[in-house]
Amino acid sequence: MSSDSPGRNIGEVILDVKNISLRFGGVKALTDISFDVREHEVRAIIGPNGAGKSSMLNCINGVYAPQDGAITFRGQTFGHMNSRQVAEMGVARTFQNLALFKGMSVIDNIMSGRNLRMHTNLFQQALRNPWFGAAEKEETAHREFVEHIVDFLEIQAWRKTPVGRLPYGLQKRVDLGRALAMEPKMLLLDEPMAGMNVEEKQDMSRFILDVNDEFGTTIVLIEHDMGVVMDISDRVVVLDYGKKIGDGTPLEVRANPEVISAYLGAGH
Amino acid sequence: MPSTFPRLMLDHAAQRPQAAALREKVYGIWQTTTWAELALLVRRLACGLHAAGLQRDDHVIVVGENRPRLYACMLAVQSLGAVPVPLYQDAAAPEYAFPINNAEVGWAIVEDQEQVDKMLELRAGPCAGSPTLARIWYDDPRGLRNYAEPGLEALDALVAAGQAHDASNARLFDAEVALCQPGDVAALFFTSGTTGNPKGVVHTHATLLDRARAGQAFDQLTEHEEVLAYMPLAWIGQNIFSYAQWLACGYVVNCPESPATVTIDLKEIGPTYYFAPPRIFEGLLTSVMIRMEDAGRFKRWLFKTFMGLAKRVGPTLMDQQPVGLLPRLAYALGDLCVYGPLRNSLGFSRVRVAYTAGEAIGPDLFTFYRSIGINLKQLYGSTETAVFVCLQPDNQARADTVGIPISGVEIKVAENGEILVRSPGLLKGYYKNPAATAEVLSADGWYRTGDAGFLDASGHLKIIDRAKDVGRLHDPQGGAFDGAMFAPKYVENKLKFFPYIKEAVAFGDQRVKVCAFVNIDFEAVGNWAERRNLAYAGYTDLAAKAEVLELIRDCVEQVNANLAADALLAGSQISRFLVLHKELDADDGEMTRTRKVKRGAINDKYQVLVEALYGGQSEQFIETAVKFEDGRSGSVSATLKIVDAKTYSAVKAAA
Repeated sequence: MSSDSPGRNIGEVILDVKNISLRFGGVKALTDISFDVREHEVRAIIGPNGAGKSSMLNCINGVYAPQDGAITFRGQTFGHMNSRQVAEMGVARTFQNLALFKGMSVIDNIMSGRNLRMHTNLFQQALRNPWFGAAEKEETAHREFVEHIVDFLEIQAWRKTPVGRLPYGLQKRVDLGRALAMEPKMLLLDEPMAGMNVEEKQDMSRFILDVNDEFGTTIVLIEHDMGVVMDISDRVVVLDYGKKIGDGTPLEVRANPEVISAYLGAGH
Repeated sequence: MPSTFPRLMLDHAAQRPQAAALREKVYGIWQTTTWAELALLVRRLACGLHAAGLQRDDHVIVVGENRPRLYACMLAVQSLGAVPVPLYQDAAAPEYAFPINNAEVGWAIVEDQEQVDKMLELRAGPCAGSPTLARIWYDDPRGLRNYAEPGLEALDALVAAGQAHDASNARLFDAEVALCQPGDVAALFFTSGTTGNPKGVVHTHATLLDRARAGQAFDQLTEHEEVLAYMPLAWIGQNIFSYAQWLACGYVVNCPESPATVTIDLKEIGPTYYFAPPRIFEGLLTSVMIRMEDAGRFKRWLFKTFMGLAKRVGPTLMDQQPVGLLPRLAYALGDLCVYGPLRNSLGFSRVRVAYTAGEAIGPDLFTFYRSIGINLKQLYGSTETAVFVCLQPDNQARADTVGIPISGVEIKVAENGEILVRSPGLLKGYYKNPAATAEVLSADGWYRTGDAGFLDASGHLKIIDRAKDVGRLHDPQGGAFDGAMFAPKYVENKLKFFPYIKEAVAFGDQRVKVCAFVNIDFEAVGNWAERRNLAYAGYTDLAAKAEVLELIRDCVEQVNANLAADALLAGSQISRFLVLHKELDADDGEMTRTRKVKRGAINDKYQVLVEALYGGQSEQFIETAVKFEDGRSGSVSATLKIVDAKTYSAVKAAA
């Protein structure tokens, strides 16, 4: 598909992960992991269950503080940052087990992703009205942005539907929509296609590639479905038992003997 | 006063420049295009096409959902004396090959990436070689930024080119429009065709406008009507309602946001003039009934009570017949509590005139809508007649007829029972197919509709079936029904009127008895099963459940009882049937895009099943290839039980 289309140019390194180690007591979740992500590329992290993929994402995201190593994002190096700081730097994420507000409508859920970009204070919000005051004006502007996302993800028919009533595949789309509402420079997707049927996976693949193509968003994704990973990513990192065992283009990774044995067991 | 579509558009723009012509919901808000804006857009598009080298009589295909700019493109093409050819947007690429090659289509104007991909596939494959599809324009640029195909351009670029061309040739557009004559070809419609290749039906500005105006006069349509356009433009029904009549009357056409939002958009717009095939009305009713069954006990009671009243009083009120004071008051109360809110939630609060056509509509369904105060009527027509042949007057709507011939129409019934029509709205001919044209169009202007039927005592037309499908039963033993008339569609429609049955195919011509295939309605039967705690794993599993077969048998036997009362068609009672393991689908070549069963194709494909029906087996194994929507194919297999149904002896009419 468009992963090799001529219009996209992969840029400089935007995220550099150097020698990251993460331990929970005696459990070594990640050991000395290093890799980089270039601007505008789709980078996948794969590995068997418990390999440390989500932990890796959580380190980048500021949820976990790694004991060793450093992460450089757009020239800023940090050992640890809190999630809000990371979000303010332009990193958004979606979750493996959806973390949406089930009782709220699709629009409101996506609107919550605009939170960081709202500037009016409590007082202005309390005095909101359509004639003067910044709150109403600001909300209209944000709603317009949210409508572009609704259009982009083709969820117009469910604007006002409470998210909890939507099928799983659509909830995943809303989750992606909320992340996009932050206008991120980089998007972390934790198993965006888990639990989907073939058609939903195709739709989601198309949306991910479209996000990458239309907005130039750099994408880091964790995925189990090897077919999908090989189709949509530019480069793949392979983890196993918290260690990096492979790194390269899908073709290189597929030919890597260590990767094959991690996936199919020794002896192959 | 014969005119042309571009001229009508310019007249509206001159007389009511600021009035709304089109609306489209974009980013959640309805955006209006006024007649003046439309005229400017059409002017630029036409100049752009002219600059690109479009010649008079060239064919340009238009493929997409109802989008204001695609409407403008059709007008722009017609302004230059060229011919727009709308095609069904949900067809797979190979299905376009015949129309494109047959009509020597040089250019395409399409909606989005999906359609562009199909056009590029055609250009590389089945339509390669000739100058076909040399240029392709698209409305929505999403996902197309990196396409570097020759001749592929955004509509914006065409508009910009047109603006520049217009600046240097200011007289061009008006001169081109003035050249168009009412007798010129206005559009080419490819009929889906239940057999063989599609045929291109040629209509002129005059034929389409004559019928559009006849319909306008019949229902006193004004420029204040609101219409929601969501059926394919390639279907003449939609084309007449949201294009020909739109330009004739000057009302507002509203384009839904996406196919999934139609019910929401319907509610927001509240159209005053509405047109849909019966299955849309059926879908709406089914969704209401399902929601009603989930409602609380009091609401269910209220609904049931007032619907019972509506059934008795509503249709009489609609037909403007006298009704006693008490029921009238009770109906008014029902209107306040149930009918009004129901109409509102269906989006029919403002409907003044609603039509259904294309297929027969079930009497219960028809009565339901009339009883809650919606002026639903039937009409009769086809692509070849530019739709309007017979329409039902407001107070004479009946479920089993299709109305009276309207102004300009003459009707006669041929000896074989086939209906012949003569009107100023008849097709000019089939494109490049004089043989087919001669077959349907006689020298003195009569068009053979291919439908069997008759005019009843009150002058209403009643359709029985396709004339070529009407067969005879043949019993070598010379039983009671030897040589009796067999009208498959008549029987199938009676079956389909049950909410549990989605499709049916009846066999019986030259056979001893009538047998049938039945397709269950997954939604309705699924809901029925859930209510009975009947577990099922999917369509195939549900269709094979003994309880479901029992349910369908009950329906079949009711149909038989009903048929037995009809002296002509008592022989058409169904003695054996089976429930198919998969839904009949256009993608598998079993139905047309307008969802009409392809009798011949089904007969060939399911030959073993037909033989099993007549061979007396109690079950039969079948494996069928299916095509999924994403283009992959697979197969479904099942062992189908064959069920015997009770038939009744013919009730002799009291003579």
